[in-house]
Amino acid sequence: MLQSREMLRLYRQMLLIRRMEERVAESYGEGKIGGFTHLYIGQEAVAVGAISALNFDDYVIDTYRDHGHFLARGGDPKKFMAELFGKQTGICKGKGGSMHMADVERYFFGGTGIVGGSIPIAAGLGLACNYREDDRIVMSFFGDGATNQGVWHEGLNFAKLWNLPVIFICENNFYGIGTGVQFSSSLTEVHKKASGYGMPGYRVNGMDVLEVRRVCEEVVKLVRGGAGPALIEARCYRYQGHSMTDPGRYRARAEEELWRKRDPIPRLAKDLIDGGFATEESLLELDREIEALAEEAVQYADESPDPAPEALYEDMFAVRYPSDPHA
Amino acid sequence: MPEMRYYEALIEAMAEEMRRDESVFLMGEDIGLFGGTFRATEGLMAEFGSRRVRDTPIAEAGIVGLAVGAAMAGLRPVPELMTMNFAIVAMDQIINHAAKMRYMFGGQLNLPITIRAPGGGGTQKGAQHSHSIESWFVNSPGIRVVIPSTPADAKGLLKTSIRSEDVVLFVEHEMLYSSKGQVPDEEVLIPFGRADIKRPGTDLTIVAWSKMVHEALHAAEALAAEGIDAEVLDPRTLDPFDWDGVFESVARTRRCVVAEEGWRSVSVGAEIAARIQETLFHELDAPVARVAAVEVPTPYARKLEQKALPNADDIVRAALKIAV
Ligand SMILES: Cc1ncc(C[n+]2csc(CCOP(=O)(O)OP(=O)(O)O)c2C)c(N)n1
Ligand SMILES: [Mg+2]
Repeated sequence: MLQSREMLRLYRQMLLIRRMEERVAESYGEGKIGGFTHLYIGQEAVAVGAISALNFDDYVIDTYRDHGHFLARGGDPKKFMAELFGKQTGICKGKGGSMHMADVERYFFGGTGIVGGSIPIAAGLGLACNYREDDRIVMSFFGDGATNQGVWHEGLNFAKLWNLPVIFICENNFYGIGTGVQFSSSLTEVHKKASGYGMPGYRVNGMDVLEVRRVCEEVVKLVRGGAGPALIEARCYRYQGHSMTDPGRYRARAEEELWRKRDPIPRLAKDLIDGGFATEESLLELDREIEALAEEAVQYADESPDPAPEALYEDMFAVRYPSDPHA
Repeated sequence: MPEMRYYEALIEAMAEEMRRDESVFLMGEDIGLFGGTFRATEGLMAEFGSRRVRDTPIAEAGIVGLAVGAAMAGLRPVPELMTMNFAIVAMDQIINHAAKMRYMFGGQLNLPITIRAPGGGGTQKGAQHSHSIESWFVNSPGIRVVIPSTPADAKGLLKTSIRSEDVVLFVEHEMLYSSKGQVPDEEVLIPFGRADIKRPGTDLTIVAWSKMVHEALHAAEALAAEGIDAEVLDPRTLDPFDWDGVFESVARTRRCVVAEEGWRSVSVGAEIAARIQETLFHELDAPVARVAAVEVPTPYARKLEQKALPNADDIVRAALKIAV
């Protein structure tokens, strides 16, 4: 059983993601955020439970649905919002946007917009861990849809073949955009795909942050101990559309209602209150504090300057040559 | 200066860099025990072991992807693609991931990766194994393209590539591996973005790279017999590109042939011709002439392949047309 302080920390992080995402949706509606924006609302327990089982210097890598992982990794909410607003103060100086959040100081190697593209890269991070014989491990997040992509299989094969310390976490939210997993995957029980590579596969309730944390802690210990890679399937649900432009016609209302009853945040709130670790008032107070943080982030992003025009030409190469694009 | 073969120069470059820097490692298909399809990694596994010379599965996207991850974590991977043809399989990892990541993350990390790959045709390997597709990569921002024509350039540029903090595609040529040349004894690091005059001349500049440099040198000899003194200029790196070097030469000779082994349309040669005409319009005595491959999938039959791929005769013909 986790200590109450740790449970409260998990609660706080999930709530931070939820409130920040609500502000993201709002700001998108106001036209302050553009492009593809994929919200993480509903899946908070996965990023928070899993990442909280890591050390600070372990590697984390992700997909375009990267807001939750960025924040769970401790990324700065202000730099996060500023990135979405395309501002100079954004974590990627406004060059990445929603899908390409990275925070290298926190060993968060961010978002790729190519489904499955991060999987061999995750294995490469794991290769570096083994090459240097350091104590680090890698956590790689992706969706159910990614598990049907060619490089996903290449990455898992490499990881097992070379005994790389990588935990592959599939956030099975049952849909890739509007296509149900039963229409896209030969195995709908994604964790069983692990057996094709001789690695252990686990299934967890991705709506229960304590379960995610418990299983991840176990798996982290094994993988750090040299057991090789593992696959975890966290079953979860995104409450919003695939992205901000999704009319959402492909899911039954009853199904959505069912999953809303499994919301990981009230679930942990109940555990906290029942355990005597919090009261309704103390959680409300926390919520107000987080709302203020989110508001501050929006304000910071609003007030931050646009990138300078010269920024267009910067950051492509470590060393520039006269033939490179310039003003 | 000892004479050595192109592939031996590559081996020396890798061995020297691996001795110098523990974070440099090689990975690729059949590079270890087998010694490399073109012998370009021969002996390296014996010296450095299987930790630093890694035989991989046949999974090109995976190979490049692992290199990206390893580089993110601070290593200096030198992945080999068995041939450039298979870069097509790894295109997403090369273009979308390796080449874009630094920029889209706002410069938060460097990716010191050198992807080695032999390209080119001329040995009857047919449509899928004869590509000269360096232009595809020059068309994409974020990746350096290095393409040496001689053993000395191969060694000096590979060392520079491995020490570079950026993603480099290092294009070798299947037909150059056994070619010989003088390679300096002392350590030489050839800088990127410096064209090399492989033959000085006064009447005409032939811009060519990789194997086409040698075709251009043959062509220059034939042209000399006609009383035309051709200069052969090898840019050596296509990204970055030594525009000043090309403009300086062409401004002097006032005539230019651009010769490449790849397909003609929308190619590096097309870009060079366009920029020469933009920059030196008034200095030119003739339009820039072009030599490139016929735009068909490379055929197998020897006679047809020879007709499809450009050679010295094509360069001579192009030069004579503009030399009058
Ligand atoms: C290679 C590639 N193909 C298609 C797309 C378009 N696309 C973006 S997200 C997505 C669905 C991915 O589903 P899943 O992996 O389950 O992740 P989720 O969005 O559910 O988190 C698709 C098809 C893409 N980004 N990349
Ligand atoms: Mg999904």
